[in-house]
Amino acid sequence: MDLDFTSQQQAFRAEVRAWLRDNVPKTPLASYDTREGFEQHRAWEAKLAEGGYSSVIWPKELGGRGSDLIEWLIFEEEYHAVDAPMRVNQNGILLLGPTLMEFGTDEQKARFLPRMARCDDMWAQGWSEPNAGSDMAAIASRAVRDGAEYVLNGQKTWSTRAVFANWLFGLFRSDPQSSRHQGLTYLLVPLDAVGITVRPIRALNGKQAFAEVFFDDVRVSVSNRIGEEGQGWNVAMATAGFERGLLLRSPARFQRTAKRLMELYRRHQQAADRDPSIRDGVLKAWMDSEAYNLASYHTVSRLAKGYRVGAEASTNKIFWSELDLQMHETAMRILGPRAELVDDPEVHDWLEGFLFAQAGPIYAGTNEIQRNIIAERVLGLPKS
Amino acid sequence: MDFTFNEDQVALRDSVSRFLMNEAAPELLREIWETGGGRSRELRAKFAAQGMTGLSVPEAYGGVGLGDIDWALVLEELGYYAIPDSLVDTAYVATTLMCQVDEAAALREQWLPKVADGTARLSIEHPVNPYVADAHLANVVFAFRAGAGGALELHAVPGAGLQRSSLTSIDASRRLAALPQKLNASTRLLAGARAQAMADATLDRASVAVAGRLIGLAQRMLDLSVDHVAQRKQFGKPIGSFQAVKHHLADVMTKIEFARPVFYRAVLALQRDERHRAALVSHAKLACADAAWTAARKGIQVHGASGYTWEVDLQMFMKRAWVLDAAWGDRAFHKARLGEALVRDDAPLGPAATLS
Repeated sequence: MDLDFTSQQQAFRAEVRAWLRDNVPKTPLASYDTREGFEQHRAWEAKLAEGGYSSVIWPKELGGRGSDLIEWLIFEEEYHAVDAPMRVNQNGILLLGPTLMEFGTDEQKARFLPRMARCDDMWAQGWSEPNAGSDMAAIASRAVRDGAEYVLNGQKTWSTRAVFANWLFGLFRSDPQSSRHQGLTYLLVPLDAVGITVRPIRALNGKQAFAEVFFDDVRVSVSNRIGEEGQGWNVAMATAGFERGLLLRSPARFQRTAKRLMELYRRHQQAADRDPSIRDGVLKAWMDSEAYNLASYHTVSRLAKGYRVGAEASTNKIFWSELDLQMHETAMRILGPRAELVDDPEVHDWLEGFLFAQAGPIYAGTNEIQRNIIAERVLGLPKS
Repeated sequence: MDFTFNEDQVALRDSVSRFLMNEAAPELLREIWETGGGRSRELRAKFAAQGMTGLSVPEAYGGVGLGDIDWALVLEELGYYAIPDSLVDTAYVATTLMCQVDEAAALREQWLPKVADGTARLSIEHPVNPYVADAHLANVVFAFRAGAGGALELHAVPGAGLQRSSLTSIDASRRLAALPQKLNASTRLLAGARAQAMADATLDRASVAVAGRLIGLAQRMLDLSVDHVAQRKQFGKPIGSFQAVKHHLADVMTKIEFARPVFYRAVLALQRDERHRAALVSHAKLACADAAWTAARKGIQVHGASGYTWEVDLQMFMKRAWVLDAAWGDRAFHKARLGEALVRDDAPLGPAATLS
């Protein structure tokens, strides 16, 4: 038990802090679900990459810092402490990146990873289909081998970032006789290929947060396949593990929100205290964001000692998504009748965050699916 | 930065766990429940033989002089096995108190060797607890009480001849009493600011000790529940295969996963006597109580009617969890204390605020 950071970790923190102070945009960027905001965020990602900060845990030769996870937590703490912009290429950096590092060929790594780090390529997810949501193994979009190419037909949906992205990664059924987890192949698809139609879906905040993607005889080179043909499920599950785990939502982000919630409460304390459960909610926000932080340091410390993180990472997803909802619900209750005014500067971020928080228990594997995973793979209960 | 326990601490936990598994089975606990005093001299002697009574006692008095962090994993095990004994109050909280008060030198000489060899019991009266645990067998009661002028005083009162009125707890592992006796200067160790500082430190240490046992209790109730739902069949299959049941237990697991590190953080704050100690301790107490009460509620639900019986062991752990929730500060106390700490201008808010 030692909570003191090493001098190397302290130096890293100081370096990150100084770089952010010099480089974080002075005015907030527009929403990345608009064309203008998307380009601003892309430019910010490129700047981060210039500093070597697009993903500090990536190896140095791929544009990262070769940091361990404690340095990653430190980076996230500094990043969120100054309200730096939301990250827009997490699909690539957190989901596809690690998969490429584990399963990609040297040629694929060289072709995709540096461009991903600089945000030259923006990646969209191609997992869900109209009939394959929580039941992802029901994927029906087909990939038929034709010489050195696959021919894709079918439809993906809820594809985050697909409106403005230029590449998509996803699973396609390459063996028409197969069912469920067998016969799926992991492919990388340029979204400007002939036969692709991207149809934006308007989210409840009015913005184009995700899209449907239609494939009509789309031809993709075999060199865009990750792993073996038919092994896509196993390749994808490695990424899903990353997604559900620690990296998708660092604790610092929630600690920052809990702090802002306390500030909001203190500005409006007299009105808020008419309902004692509001103060309760403010305290709970602090407690749970601290708990998530401490659990993260606990996990990372155990990893450093050689433990493996398995299905228990599913508790993370449940915990932070419910925390995010609880914090934003409390903020809405503090704001009272003003909470609906979209242009009120004190309201704006809370309202946007409140809407986005509704999605948390749904995306990246619903919380019901996460509870099944915990029960079956951690507690050892029988499958239904 | 290393937020894990070292090999010695893990080895101590493992040996305590093995010992309790063999020596503190639920059947034995039930036997102890039925005795008049509710305590077993034999069990205490076995704790002494294991070295558990001497963990905080300095080497000069026959112990090993360990600190809060060394106790952390042991506390979880004592909760997991729902030990009906004043071991924690005696060998950890009151022993540490005695070691931190200069004026207690003679008491240390007299009692710490007996604490270490398992023949002395200590108990603590504190304004936050209306009733005193284990006063009936205590050799010494350390009493924090307001003196004539209103300032807090610390007394060391001999247990022999002390007036007591016993109270019966729903948890037969608890032995409570009110101590109506007026105290005078003859038993006083400290008064004023130093008495208050010791009262605060003792409250925090005892609260952390409760939090650790609550997280152990939560884990035990989860384990009992998992065993039950894997065995019990309805509609031709184990009830643990049904999602409604799975989700109850996944929620308990999640509560435990995010309470345990909070407990560890509070233990560190205690050992390092940190600036935000009170807030971190209250957080731990609240989080661990929430986990334990959730484990009890979901546990009895998935046990069905059998969970409502005297015969099935779950009741022993539930009752312990229910009553420890309000011991050493109920939730209202800890929430109020946390709230006061967090609305101050120097509150530990935002990323990295509670680390080092």
